[in-house]
Amino acid sequence: MNYRIIFYIIGWILNIEAAFMLLPFLTGVIYQESALWSFVISGMICLVMGIALTFCKPKRQYFYVKEGYVTVALSWIVLSIMGSLPFLLSGSIEHPIDALFETVSGFTTTGASILPAVEDLPKCILLWRSFTHWIGGMGVLVFLLSLLKLAGGSHMNLMKAESPGPSVSKLLPKVHSTAKILYGIYIIMTIAEFIVLIVSGMSVFDALTTSFGTAGTGGFGIKNDSIASYSPLIQIEVTIFMILFGVNFNFYFLLLLRKWKQAFSNEEVCCYFAVIGIAILLISWDIRGLYDTFFVALRESAFQVGSIITTTGFATCDFNQWPEISRTILVMLMFVGACAGSTGGGIKVSRFIILIKSTGKELSSYLHPRQVKSIRMDGKSIDPEVVRNINVFMIVYLLIFAVSLLVLACDGTDLITNFTAVAATFNNIGPGLELVGPSANFGLFSNPAKLVLIFDMLAGRLEIFPLLLLFVPDIWRKF
Amino acid sequence: MKIIIIGCGKVGYALAEGLTEENHDVTIVDSSAQRLQDVTEELDAMSIIGNGSSINTLLEAGASDTDLLIAVTGSDELNLLCCLIAKKQWNCHTVARVRNPIYNKEIDLIKESLGISMIINPELAASAEIARLLRFPSAIKIDTFAKGRVELLKFRIKPDFQLDQVSIAELPRHAKCDILVAGIERGENAYIPNGNFILQNGDLVSIIASPKNAAAFFQNIGLATNQVKNCIIVGGGTIAVYLARQLLDMKIRVAIIDKNQERCQELCEHLPDAVIIQGDGTNRKLLMEENLEGAEAFVALTNMDEENIMLSLFVREHSKAKLITKVNRMSFDNILDQLDLGSIIYPKYITADYILRYIRAMQNSIGSNVETLCHILDGKAEALEFCIRENSPVVGIPLKDLQLKSNLLLGCIHRKGKVIIPRGNDTINVGDTVVIVTTQRGLDDIQDILKK
Repeated sequence: MNYRIIFYIIGWILNIEAAFMLLPFLTGVIYQESALWSFVISGMICLVMGIALTFCKPKRQYFYVKEGYVTVALSWIVLSIMGSLPFLLSGSIEHPIDALFETVSGFTTTGASILPAVEDLPKCILLWRSFTHWIGGMGVLVFLLSLLKLAGGSHMNLMKAESPGPSVSKLLPKVHSTAKILYGIYIIMTIAEFIVLIVSGMSVFDALTTSFGTAGTGGFGIKNDSIASYSPLIQIEVTIFMILFGVNFNFYFLLLLRKWKQAFSNEEVCCYFAVIGIAILLISWDIRGLYDTFFVALRESAFQVGSIITTTGFATCDFNQWPEISRTILVMLMFVGACAGSTGGGIKVSRFIILIKSTGKELSSYLHPRQVKSIRMDGKSIDPEVVRNINVFMIVYLLIFAVSLLVLACDGTDLITNFTAVAATFNNIGPGLELVGPSANFGLFSNPAKLVLIFDMLAGRLEIFPLLLLFVPDIWRKF
Repeated sequence: MKIIIIGCGKVGYALAEGLTEENHDVTIVDSSAQRLQDVTEELDAMSIIGNGSSINTLLEAGASDTDLLIAVTGSDELNLLCCLIAKKQWNCHTVARVRNPIYNKEIDLIKESLGISMIINPELAASAEIARLLRFPSAIKIDTFAKGRVELLKFRIKPDFQLDQVSIAELPRHAKCDILVAGIERGENAYIPNGNFILQNGDLVSIIASPKNAAAFFQNIGLATNQVKNCIIVGGGTIAVYLARQLLDMKIRVAIIDKNQERCQELCEHLPDAVIIQGDGTNRKLLMEENLEGAEAFVALTNMDEENIMLSLFVREHSKAKLITKVNRMSFDNILDQLDLGSIIYPKYITADYILRYIRAMQNSIGSNVETLCHILDGKAEALEFCIRENSPVVGIPLKDLQLKSNLLLGCIHRKGKVIIPRGNDTINVGDTVVIVTTQRGLDDIQDILKK
């Protein structure tokens, strides 16, 4: 284990976090809020630790799979702990675990909050909350890779560990330039949404935080009723951008290269849009009686479906009040999640496609016991290793889900609340149903339950394995 | 014509055989003296020992005034290089055998950029042949003329057709449609029949008809003509890949059985829609498990002739599937015919046949009028397609008044998109395409059909 490279990279992460804190600091300066001092102090702490850790460059800049995964997992933990300092220092959140929950929920783009009323918070704190979504959406290590030219060629391991999805493909020969392209697309799309929202009549601050929340598929609102109080036009725009940020970013890269055919024949993207379309139609039919016109029902269902499947977690209405079919469909969509290689969470559409195809393969093996068959996606056959990895992922996913559910049950809350609370945090969505519905918050849980949910959020964002790896004793042994 | 053949394998030899019989000046170049010795002993051709891509060797073979160079060595790249050199140096026509599937997609580009007249892919040609057979399972062998409007179909008479002891003249009435019997094979002998010829059970009959009439004919005599719906292929070689692609395009379900696990993986890559089975094709249990009894077609394509023959014999016992057997060695073809193995495909023979056909067509531009040529009746006869471009002694005269050579038959006339099965009062006009069936070799022009 090359500890020095791990600390070196964590040092850089802290430096970057300090730099990121400049934005809420400036907001504090503009709105002349006293909370800006919390950012000065936490920024200084980050910078001092970061510079100390980056001071000595490691002799060996190489790292292997295990270092990559451990670095990513530790970085996210450190990032979250340091990120919670402003909440504590400004007094917005009193309890450290609550502050950590809020920060982890931000960085993992979950958007589950323990705050009952967010409108009273200082603007710089609100901006920091939403900004954590944007940082966590594409991943802070990918950001680091786009800045830092590390020696050696093994940085793909960092990206693999942090990027969502069963397999990561390089867009360009160099990891450095791939990371740059990804962030380039990410920034341009965020700016595009920001401009569109401002043109539609949002204030600059609201547009900025909403764009951050959408881009990272996070879901922290700056209003108590999330997006509901904005105009229908804005709601439609946010719906479209949420769905766009749930698309695999390779799709946009192919569009940039003008490879239209290749882009639009992507199975995962097609499937993603098909699922969204079907779900919107089913739900709007189911809830048509609750609204004046079918168009309003369609708009509401599109927003909620887009918000849930991309794991954003914004809401324009209390879907907890919807009929059972609609609620069930939404809970199912929580597990589907967005595309691999997007900023969304969940199990990912591509994993489901591969799982369904391997079921088909299994059934076909009963018909032809000696058949040799590969599982194909986008015309290419998928490495059996990837398929095996997905199977294991699903099992571990279910196990963690079950254990979390059991811990939450100790609090005595009802099953639907617990189930959707775990689903909403593990899949990085935000709101669940019943007591954790869109109009409620996660403040009701006890501290152990919150810690479990924090773990679930991190595990969901990093796709379980990097975080689980920290608990394997062998990884800390020298030999 | 002066022709140089580079590479003296089975195809090279078969080509040399065919070409010398047609009175061409053939020179064979090969690096193995042993192989060439056989050639000079058996054929009326010259042989040169050396590498075909060497200009000196080619000059020695008389490349400077040759009309055509055919490169059929085992190596694609060598073949292409030979053709490239010959084309650039002496500007002659060139034919190359290129079999690597990687080149297959860009074959037209290669042909164009290297200036090669014809590129033949033996496996692709063989698979096209098999696919055509499966499209029309009741016929054993099919050739097309007049751009697919006329077909030559060969089938064996079985007792339930009730054609035993029926004369050729009675046959159209018997089958209630317009067809023409072009040839009969009975045991070792091949006949170009006249109206009095009596058919027997077990005869191999070649008929000429339009595809529609052919289908009607088979239906009327009681032979099912439905295209097969599924097909089992044993042996996953290159032919199998090409064949499976063509069959899958025709919406025929394909199962391929191959022994080699790695090859099965590759097949999986190439043919996502086919069912790939890893296992020994000669394993009885495996074949039964894959529902051999329900298979409508069975193609044996392993590398071992013996295995293919055994498989076909076994399948014949257990299912009604249409059988196609690939055989590489041509030496025992008369024995194989007696086994009733269904259609037998000789890839090497098909290659030679395609090239011969091309040479005929090439000559056509020089002096003769042969459009297409194919060997029928097991190579004992030829079916030739002539285009009547100008006035000749055969034009305008009723067929019954023409003095035709013996063992020669006017199969059909294709006039402005219409197919005519000729009778005595029909005439040949300018602009027609005429199919001639004959056991005589070396017909170059339509007027050669007349007695001299």
